[in-house]
Amino acid sequence: MSFTNLKELIELAEKEETTIAEVMIKVEIEQGGHSRSSILDKMTEQLEVMIDSVRKGTESPVMSRTGLTGGDGNRVYEYAQSGNSFVNPQTLLVLSYALSVSEVNAAMGRIVATPTAGSAGILPAVLVHALDSGKYTKEQVAIAMFTASALGLVIANKASISGAAGGCQAEIGSATAMAAGTLVELAGGTPVQVGNAVGIALKNSLGLVCDPVAGLVEIPCIVRNGLHAITAQAAADMALAGVRSVIPPDEVIVVMHEVGQNMPESLRETGIGGLAGTPTGKRLKEQVFNKK
Amino acid sequence: MKYQSAFEIIGPIMVGPSSSHTAGAVRIGNIAHQLLNEDPVQVTFSLMGSFAETYEGHGTDLALLAGVLGLSTSDERIPIAKQLAEESQLEYNFTKKNLGDFHPNTVLVELKGNTKEVKLLGSSIGGGKVEIQELDDFPLKFSGEKPTLFFNHTDQKGVIAAISSTLHQHGYNIARLALERYKKNGPAIAICEVDDIVESDLLPLLKRAIPIIDEIRLVQTN
Repeated sequence: MSFTNLKELIELAEKEETTIAEVMIKVEIEQGGHSRSSILDKMTEQLEVMIDSVRKGTESPVMSRTGLTGGDGNRVYEYAQSGNSFVNPQTLLVLSYALSVSEVNAAMGRIVATPTAGSAGILPAVLVHALDSGKYTKEQVAIAMFTASALGLVIANKASISGAAGGCQAEIGSATAMAAGTLVELAGGTPVQVGNAVGIALKNSLGLVCDPVAGLVEIPCIVRNGLHAITAQAAADMALAGVRSVIPPDEVIVVMHEVGQNMPESLRETGIGGLAGTPTGKRLKEQVFNKK
Repeated sequence: MKYQSAFEIIGPIMVGPSSSHTAGAVRIGNIAHQLLNEDPVQVTFSLMGSFAETYEGHGTDLALLAGVLGLSTSDERIPIAKQLAEESQLEYNFTKKNLGDFHPNTVLVELKGNTKEVKLLGSSIGGGKVEIQELDDFPLKFSGEKPTLFFNHTDQKGVIAAISSTLHQHGYNIARLALERYKKNGPAIAICEVDDIVESDLLPLLKRAIPIIDEIRLVQTN
């Protein structure tokens, strides 16, 4: 691998006067031995699955297999059309997109793990939202997905993308940071601005615990995907506006890992502490697993 | 580096809800399916740890069944796997069992066809990645990530040399090699992970070139 941290990745892109996405594509071609067109096709196929999973739960309600959650992607999507929302209805749509993908996941529908199934709503939501704006082509968005991969690779190798190892910050936080940086590059931002977006987004996710009710990828995973899609867009806008991450993004990534290691096990995907340990959380667990 | 490829971060395309409890379970089942290499008629899944406690909520049961029926992690028929099993007259059974000191997401798959059977102990270690711990009671570890060849033979001199030279002749690079036997001159299995996609004509070629091998099987996910 030609980069192990964001500093190296950013310098590589700057030195070769290219984008982070193109650095990643080059690495993928060299390591995997596949052609540019075949890896772009593969990424485009994943983008198509993302688009389907965004549409499915917004256009009509999708219920989870356990019956604990569902229908919220459609609810927020419909509400956004009413025009009475506090946040801009367009912005509310991105939230509904992320809810939809996570609901499709909980319903045993088809999704793309980005980086995991539990955090699979955020990147598709912001990418499809960008596509819907009409400003970018499908090919540009598919290429931008390699920006997300490069950022995710650094985080996964330097810290973690597993809730069991690093808490929810490692899944939702990583996905938010990947999505924010990807939007910056899609909008024509510099590699340094991409780094700032990662730093800003990840800082805002530090400490997030993994406390799924009954151990299922539903409560609070679905809602966190929704709200963090908006966070990703906001962090991208901050970076594009010129806001810097005062703590360098590489240091934020390392500290996320440290924070994760300091989390008690009950808050790392064990379904014991946090929301899982509330009276209602325990009751729902009982309801799902002992209904026979 | 734990993660190397862009597609380990974006991907796989999978049916939810959990990469470890659903996608990984499909993969373990699918590996058993490929190793059986004939229509399955009966299967018992013995689950331990987190698999045993949460398998219904995560659809791990559907995922395992779908896998032994030959479905992949992205197949939208996974939720109706029980129906598919009935249609293809596959008899199935889920039990809880302490399988020993393994990863909490571990399952023992005992899969039978009309003439053959496979016993596979596999763990789903996260993000859809799996690690097979035992095959037919041999302590053979493999992941199924790369095309993997299985050679059942009787322990004797020269088998590995013949396998490696034949693979070399046909342009395959061995990425990993493992060998276990019950006892000297007894039943043995060699497994070979190779870098490139195995073409369908390789298996008969290998069989002709190395007649002392009883059976050659292939596990390959595209």
